[in-house]
Amino acid sequence: MTLNRRDFIKAAGATVAIGSLYGCAGGAKGSGHVVVIGGGYGGATVAKYIRMWSNGGIDVTLVEPNPAFVSCPISNLVLAGEKTIADITTSYDGLKKHGVKIVHDTAIGIDPAKRVVTLSKSGTLSYDRLVVSPGIDFIWESVPGLTPALSDGKILHAWKAGPQTVALRKQLEAMRDGGTYALCIPKAPYRCPPGPYERASMIAHYLKAKKPKSKVLILDANADVTSKGPLFKKAWADLYGGILEYRGNHSITKLDAASQTVEFEFGDKVKADVLNIVPGQKAGLIASAAGLTNVGGRWCGVDWKTMESTAHKNVHVLGDATSATAGMPKSGHMTTQHAKVAAAAIVDLMSGLPAPDPMVIANTCYSFVSAKEAIHVAHPYVFNGKEFAVPKGAGGVSSARNEPEAKYAIAWAKNIWADALL
Amino acid sequence: MKYRKIALAVSLLGLASAAYADNHTLSRNMASACASCHGTNGNSVGGMDPLAGMPKDEMIRKVKDFRSGAKPATVMHQLAKGYTDQQIEMIANYYAAQK
Repeated sequence: MTLNRRDFIKAAGATVAIGSLYGCAGGAKGSGHVVVIGGGYGGATVAKYIRMWSNGGIDVTLVEPNPAFVSCPISNLVLAGEKTIADITTSYDGLKKHGVKIVHDTAIGIDPAKRVVTLSKSGTLSYDRLVVSPGIDFIWESVPGLTPALSDGKILHAWKAGPQTVALRKQLEAMRDGGTYALCIPKAPYRCPPGPYERASMIAHYLKAKKPKSKVLILDANADVTSKGPLFKKAWADLYGGILEYRGNHSITKLDAASQTVEFEFGDKVKADVLNIVPGQKAGLIASAAGLTNVGGRWCGVDWKTMESTAHKNVHVLGDATSATAGMPKSGHMTTQHAKVAAAAIVDLMSGLPAPDPMVIANTCYSFVSAKEAIHVAHPYVFNGKEFAVPKGAGGVSSARNEPEAKYAIAWAKNIWADALL
Repeated sequence: MKYRKIALAVSLLGLASAAYADNHTLSRNMASACASCHGTNGNSVGGMDPLAGMPKDEMIRKVKDFRSGAKPATVMHQLAKGYTDQQIEMIANYYAAQK
């Protein structure tokens, strides 16, 4: 028996009607409880999108110790005095309007068999699915002589935006004209590949205007600038000659905190007035506590189609904590894209559907080289059956530093904060 | 005979409906990648082009022109190269329907 044309048109017409209902009327989709650990770019975005895409069907609890979201991107402008900490801070109230329950606490343990998260102060939370978006923590042994206490006092990292950003700004303001600011960069992979070079540029910008006898010294454990190299180097030569100096292959062997002196592999020593050491990095502590760091004991392996952990079922990991493939940076923007892959998968899986077909994701990362000029790197990532990869010929960097991109960088920040948190 | 026809039409309808839902979900997911810069559901909060409600043909033309290099850009010519014609159409469909 064959279906005649008229029957087919009838069926197709009815389908359009049902399809429209499905797309627009949108009853609740999915049910159950998702706990999200971490309220950064990834955690905030996944919480909002699960609520939105399930039409409120799935309950979401977000666990975050900090009272408000403070953005790492744009924080180098706070160090330079071009923005304030308030400019890069967003309340979690917007997420509450989406029905996300916020618990200001720290997750200290996960029982993946019982599906329970243990919190530091407020007991336990049960989940059907868990999202772990813990960002990074530091490998203190990577800098002999550095301790968590020193790193939160005299020798700051300021690699998590917040009180340390404000404290480093104060150190720079207090530094004498003619002083040296030294920035020690860890071996890749670390959070935000171009971040250190943007920081050095913006601090040079500040010192050039306010304390022109001062120096910026970049001491990089990597052989060369790890991101946007030619663009940064041209900006340094054109704008900060005589102020900024770059030295590659500088792995720290010893820190003497009392004299603010660092020693390096090849025997040289540097003494600085403001010493800003960014230690080596690994997935946020809860990831290793929960046995999720199954790649080199440092990063979390995931199934890129769903962001589900390869160590534990029903646990999804996002962002800097993942063992991202080569070419996929640990960036705030990238993390929001992981969050959308995860939200789409979680909503479908919790509705009894199979995981959705993979989407194309993208990263765009702006860096300021002065108060008025910026550069970018941007790539699309396509799922190749195993992981996300950049298609041949796609992506790239700015052709030259320019003023329009400084405006786009601020617009990017405002839009991505709104997309994650409002 | 008549009942069998109806039964088949109904089951076909079910399949087509599931396919539509899949397609709609994938369009929504694909479009969400753009939202990091262009705002949730294309509602930019400023400084980036809003995509919500952009006529489908206009978006398809713009993105394809970015991809070919015909339309100059700072970033979009690099990102557009990650998308097939069909994917661009899906995203354009989604945003055309947003308010």
